[in-house]
This record gives sequence, C-alpha cells and structure tokens, in this order.
Amino acid sequence: MVGSIKDRVAIIGMGCTKFGELWDKSRVDLIVDAAKEAYADAGVEQKDIQAAWFGNYYDTTGLTGQALAGPLRLQYIPVTRVENACATASDALRNASYAVAAGIYDLVLVLGAEKIKDQGLSGLAVRNLDFNGLMFSMTMPGMFSMLATRYFDHYHIKPEDGKHMLAHVSWKSHKNGALNPRAHFRKEVSMEQIIKAPIIAWPLGLFDCCGVSDGAAAAIIVPAKDAKKYRPDPVYIKAAQMGVAPADGSVSQKYDYLHVESTVRAAKAAYIEAGIKVPRKEISMAEVHDCFSITEAVIMEDLQFSERGHMRDDIEAGFFDLDGGLPVQVDGGLKCFGHPIGASGLRMIYEMYKQLQGKADKRQLKNPTLGLTQNLGGQPPHCTIFCGIFGRELG
Amino acid sequence: MAVGITSYGAYIPLHRMSRDVFYKAWGGAKMPGERAVCNFDEDSVTMAWEAANDCLRGFDSKKVDGLFFATTTHSYLERLGASILAVVCDMREDIRTMDVTDTLRAGTTAFAAAADVVKAGSAKNMLVTAADHRMAAPAGDFEMALGDGAAALMIGSEKVIATIEGSYHISDEFSGVWRPEGEQYIRAWEDRMIYDKGYSEVLEKGIKGLLKKYNMKASDFAKVVYDTTLESRRHPQMAKQLKLEDKQVQDPIFDTVGNTGSAHAMLMLVAALEEAKPGDKILWASYSNGVDAFILQVTPEIEKLAPRRGFKKHLANKRMLENNDRYLRWRKIVPLEKSRRSEQTPTSIAHLHRDSKIALAMYGVKCKACGTPQFSQGGSYGYFTPLRVCVDCQAVDQMEPYKFSDKIGKIFTFTEDRLADSNDPPTTVNVVDFIGGGRALFDMTDRGGQELKVGMEVEMTFRKLYVDRGFHQYFWKTRPIRF
Repeated sequence: MVGSIKDRVAIIGMGCTKFGELWDKSRVDLIVDAAKEAYADAGVEQKDIQAAWFGNYYDTTGLTGQALAGPLRLQYIPVTRVENACATASDALRNASYAVAAGIYDLVLVLGAEKIKDQGLSGLAVRNLDFNGLMFSMTMPGMFSMLATRYFDHYHIKPEDGKHMLAHVSWKSHKNGALNPRAHFRKEVSMEQIIKAPIIAWPLGLFDCCGVSDGAAAAIIVPAKDAKKYRPDPVYIKAAQMGVAPADGSVSQKYDYLHVESTVRAAKAAYIEAGIKVPRKEISMAEVHDCFSITEAVIMEDLQFSERGHMRDDIEAGFFDLDGGLPVQVDGGLKCFGHPIGASGLRMIYEMYKQLQGKADKRQLKNPTLGLTQNLGGQPPHCTIFCGIFGRELG
Repeated sequence: MAVGITSYGAYIPLHRMSRDVFYKAWGGAKMPGERAVCNFDEDSVTMAWEAANDCLRGFDSKKVDGLFFATTTHSYLERLGASILAVVCDMREDIRTMDVTDTLRAGTTAFAAAADVVKAGSAKNMLVTAADHRMAAPAGDFEMALGDGAAALMIGSEKVIATIEGSYHISDEFSGVWRPEGEQYIRAWEDRMIYDKGYSEVLEKGIKGLLKKYNMKASDFAKVVYDTTLESRRHPQMAKQLKLEDKQVQDPIFDTVGNTGSAHAMLMLVAALEEAKPGDKILWASYSNGVDAFILQVTPEIEKLAPRRGFKKHLANKRMLENNDRYLRWRKIVPLEKSRRSEQTPTSIAHLHRDSKIALAMYGVKCKACGTPQFSQGGSYGYFTPLRVCVDCQAVDQMEPYKFSDKIGKIFTFTEDRLADSNDPPTTVNVVDFIGGGRALFDMTDRGGQELKVGMEVEMTFRKLYVDRGFHQYFWKTRPIRF
C-alpha cells in the first residue's frame, strides 16, 4: 500500500433513521429521511453534493445509481451503487473517501439503505444467481454457529460455560440498545432469558442472533482541510481498510473456524494506516459485526482486543460492557440496533461519530478519542471485512 | 464360456417401521413384522446407486460395459435413470444403458437381457441394479406390506460366482395390482383373484416350465428363491405347490423388509448367495405379468469375492421410525406448513451440466503443484467451479481429477440448523475434512438422534436434495459410517 487515507477526509454530517420493522416506510422514505438528517447535520444543501455512493444489497440490482438518484432527485451527478454483502455501506464510504482524497470532489454523499422486512421471511433471504443447485438449504445462524462448535471444542469449553459467555455478549448489547431511541430492540433481557431461549442453530439461540431490520444511514464527506469550515467537531477518517477472503475456508483444511482471517488482515492494515500500536489500549470504543454473539466474541480476538483463546475472560469480566475498558456495541450493535444489510456499516460509523462529538446521550462514553468499526460481509470461512478507525482530532 | 453372476450388492435403508405403528395410526388388520422405509431424501435412483456401489466393491467401474436400471418408481417418464447412475458409478461413456420398468419383474428381466448381451459377446461386464419404493395410500394393508430397497448383480464371464445354467420365461396379461399413469399409489383387484389367477397359478407354471425345459426336479436345488406377494400366506403355499423342503425355501423377507417390488427377487437372491456354497444349485424366479425363471450354479469363485456390505449386514443395521407422522412427512402424504424462508434459487441445468462430474460422481481436483485435494460444489456460499486456481498454493491450471465419493471424512465442525427449510428438520450442517485431504460443507443424512462430535468419521452417500420444476436434484450428503 503506497498511500494512506489517514486525516485526508472528514465526515461533517451524518444521518440515521430508526431501525426496525418499519411497516409504514418504504425504501424511498428511508433514503430521504437519512439524507435529510445528514444534510441538516452538515449544514449543506442537496444541490452542493458533487457525487454520491449508494449501498444496497437486496433490491436494486440493475437499477444502477438511479436507485439513489431517483428517490432524492439528484441532478445528473455521478452516483455509484456498491454491493459487498453486509459490508456494503462501509465499502461505499471507503470508495467515496478515496474519490475525495484524490481531489476529484470536495463534497460527497454516502448513503446505505435496506428494506428487508418487505420480503416477509424469517431471517435473511439467501440469494445467489451463481447457482447450480448443489447447495442444500441452510441459514446464516447455521453457518456462524459452526464457529462456536469449533471454539468450544478447541478450547475445551463446556457447552453451559460457552452458552454463558455468548449470553453475556447479547445481554450487554440489549442493555446498550435499551438506551438508544433509534434501536430496533430496546428491551433489556436477563441472562436466564437469553440462555433458555429457543435454539436456532446450536449453540445459538434466539437472543444470540441479531435483528433483521429496515433502515438507512448517510454521511457527508469532505477533504479534511475543509472540515472545520462546516463544523467545529468533524470526525476524521484514520483508516478504512478491507480484506476479502479468497473463499478458501470451506475448501482448505488450513482454516480453523476459530477466527476470521479477513478481520485479522483488515485490522492489521487499519492499525498500520492509523498508526495504532496497542489497539486494546488506544481504541476507545468499537462497533463490530455482531450478527451473532459468537461472531462478536471471535472478533474481539481478531481485532487484538483480547489475546487468542482469551476473549471469554474479557467478555465474562465485562471488559466490553458500556462501563468496561473497551466498550463494544455501544449503540446496541446489530443485535439490538438492527441489521438492514446495506445500511449497517454506516450505522456503526454513525455511533462512533456521535460518541466522538459527545452527542450520544445516555450512552455517552467519557472522552472517547478513537472509534473502530468492523463490518463483515459473507460468512466466517469466506468473507469481506471492512475495518475503519475514526477520530476527532487530526494527527 | 460360462456366463453368470460375478458380483452382487444390496441396500436396505437404515429406517424400518413396525407394522404395528401403521396399525396404531389407522386401525384395520394387524400384520406382523416390520418394513424398510427409505429416508425422505432417497428414491429408486439413490438406492440403486447404493446397491450398485456395493456390487462394485473390488471391481473397476471403468471395466463395466453397461448398466441396466430396473424400477417401477423412477422419478422420470422421460429421462434415463441408467445414464444418471452410470455417471454416479463413475463408469465409461461408451457403455450400454437401459431402464427396465413397468413391471415388478423388471429386475429379472433386466438381468436376462444383460446376460444375453454378455452371451452374445457384445459386452464383457454388465451391471444390473434394481430399486423400488412403491407407495400405497394410507390406512390399508398394502402400506404395511410394501418395503423399500435395492439389489444389484454384475454379469460377466470371468470369475463367475454363479453360472446361469438355464432360463425360462412366461408372459402373462393378467395384473391384479397396477398403478396407472399419473397416480402415486398402487391399486388392486379383489385379493383372491389377484393371487389365484396371478401369483399362485402363473409363478407355479413358470417354475415348473423351467424344470421341465431342463429336465430337472425341485429337489435338485439347494435353494429356491422366488418372489412374495403383498401378504404373507401365498409364499409358503407356493413352497407346498412345488413340494419344497423347508430348508430349500429362501426367506421371502416379507416380515423384515416388506415387498420391495422390482428389487425383491434380486434382494432375496443376494441373501441366498451370501449363504451359498460352491456346487449349490439355485432356482431363482420372479413373478409379475409373467415369470422370469433361472437355474444358477454356484462356483468356488464365490469364496473369493471382495468384502461388501451385502444383505445380512444391511438388514441387521437399522433404526426404527416410531411414529406414522414422520412417515407421512417423509413421503409428503400430508401438506406441511410452508417454511417462511426464501424460495430456493432456480436450478440451472446448464450450470449443472457443466458440473455433472462434481454433482453426480463427486469429482474434485488435486493440485499437481502442492498435492492438495480440493472439492467444491460450486455456486452459492462462495464456492466456485471449476477449481482452476489452487486454494492452497494458487498454482493455475495444475489440477488433475480426484474422486471424493469413496473417501472417509472427519467432522471438523457442525451445527443443527433449525431455521433452514427441510422436510425433516433440523438440517445437520457439517464441515468435513477428508482423510487424504480436501474439505467441504455438507448436509448430513440418516443421522437420527445420534450425537455428533468434532472428529467423528462420516461417509458419503448419494441423495436427493430437492425438486425444482420437475428436475430432481441429486447430490452427496454425509452420514455416520453405517457399519
């Protein structure tokens, strides 16, 4: 890598709708709501936007950038539709940032939206046109739960102890989500409720799985040097890295199902880009891809927050709780804020942005300086990982 | 040149149902014993493969010159089952293939045809595999009487284990049991006539015709192997009609397996061959719309046959289905609540045709540069076919074919997916590391309540995944090593 994004671009405005089962809102409503909030927050008008990137997974294949230009009536500016599974919105932001850093544009819009609940299905629809019909029917909980099977076996964790550890992950996110008026699920749940909930794919029960939600989020990006013209408290992008696996984990015996290699690689690159030496100490907070409790747990090791094989100690000690050493899923995470595929990456950044500005209300952490987001698209053996770091100061 | 049977194989599904379970569900008449029930993902093609695979143990499938598939329950009226099976069995392309169907005598009719092909010198080795899973509507005797199963025989002229010494055939118009086009369940005429004018009269005529043709007596035979009916009395009655001694009569497996249709006489013959000694003469006959009857002479080669699963071990290895609901679900006899999952992505026959060696013969590749075997079912979930770039060393186009279907795997990780759409939830998802290399993700079948552990050994079995627009999608699944 020759260049670095560090301190070259800034986020000067963001918007995020309430996530949830938004039966009375269309995808167009969500797009307009998120954009309106972002424009108002940045103090810009839509006519000032020079280019846009749109993240959407399910609905707009073949509709090109018009899927965003249409609802907003953007006037003949370049719009790129980005799709990278659940990491869609993060990748839209990464591409927009590069265009701004390259000096081509100095005010761009990134917006991610997803209207999943119009599909009327349990869980996420599996959609793949590269299909010869040889894959049996299975689901995301099925795929991710196999991390837990392996993790428990490898580290000799008794099933009940493993369940307890996973339950703490969701218990913490529910506590955080309850404080967040825009979250999909806003109810605290007890450890007992989580542990005794119906099993979806052993050992994952109902509360180990994130919400399937509708929602949209948006960001306005400008060159870092211009940021303070718009607001006194812009948020600077310190790193925006991506690791895409060669789809090898289910084909090669080398993959251990104890970690996600793409996260390890993307995180290492992000730490180098941002100049971070000891992530556990230097990162103030993180929003990671907790599609399932076991995913979040394993990510803690992949991001070097916990040592290999020791995330359980940190989780059980409350290190990632709101009042812990490194709060994770401060806004409730995918678990409680919800997971509209094409919007989730920006929603993670939205919380970091608000926290860094000191505007996170009841969830506000004390003086955070660096926030990390980790966004996973795909499944543990073969996925795309975005890892971003955001800060309130230059340098 | 003595032509005869050179190998045999059998398959009885893992699951059995006590006939009491049907009786408790529906009432009616009690029937003793139990019947074999194939799993929801099995059909006559998959069972015929199981038997053929058993028959091919110790035999190079590339040396087989033809495959005849006998069944009355093939999933297609227009698509050759034998051609599917020939790929699954990893046979050559320049072979003879034929489906023999429409009669419960299909197994012996295919056998006779295959023997004639070999006798005529048109082929050296012919494989005949027969399978059936006939259905009778619920709440009747027939549902209890039927069974699912398969058997296979290889016919050749080298290392013959039982020579064909003679044959006799009768064609008969009468059929007391029939299944018309478009109907799933068998129908029958009033039962006295079915058997008086059919089985009891015609089978006797066929067997006696055979004896007369070769100037032999029933007492010349160590074993007499002949079909059974959809009840238990006519088979022993036939023994009396033929004046057979008890020890000559091959068990009709009615009380243990049920009537397996076109596979039945062949399955009984495999059972007989397992116990046969060199020098034994066996009379083998099958009835339905006439009779096929044969004189077989067992040779010393039978003692040199490669180890196989065969009849007896399959019979002993079983798991009981304890309730009728499960059977109704497996057979799709009752409509079930639809899963609230997305529709399966449509099968692409074009894509599948390119991948047919992967799908049907379970071929993967082995990298010549680093030696790593690799398997990928392609398409969804980040798998890609063909595998041209090595997953481990990234060498390009250094692949040679590598067969996985006969490899043992060890479970690397697994789960039970209760959200996945399945006819028999939960779906047991398992990542398998093959001994010798290679990893892939599979659905597990025939697991029952068996507890799984990381490191547990599994074997591959050929099953049906689902049906899309009438296209039956077969693929491989893992199962706990059966025995």
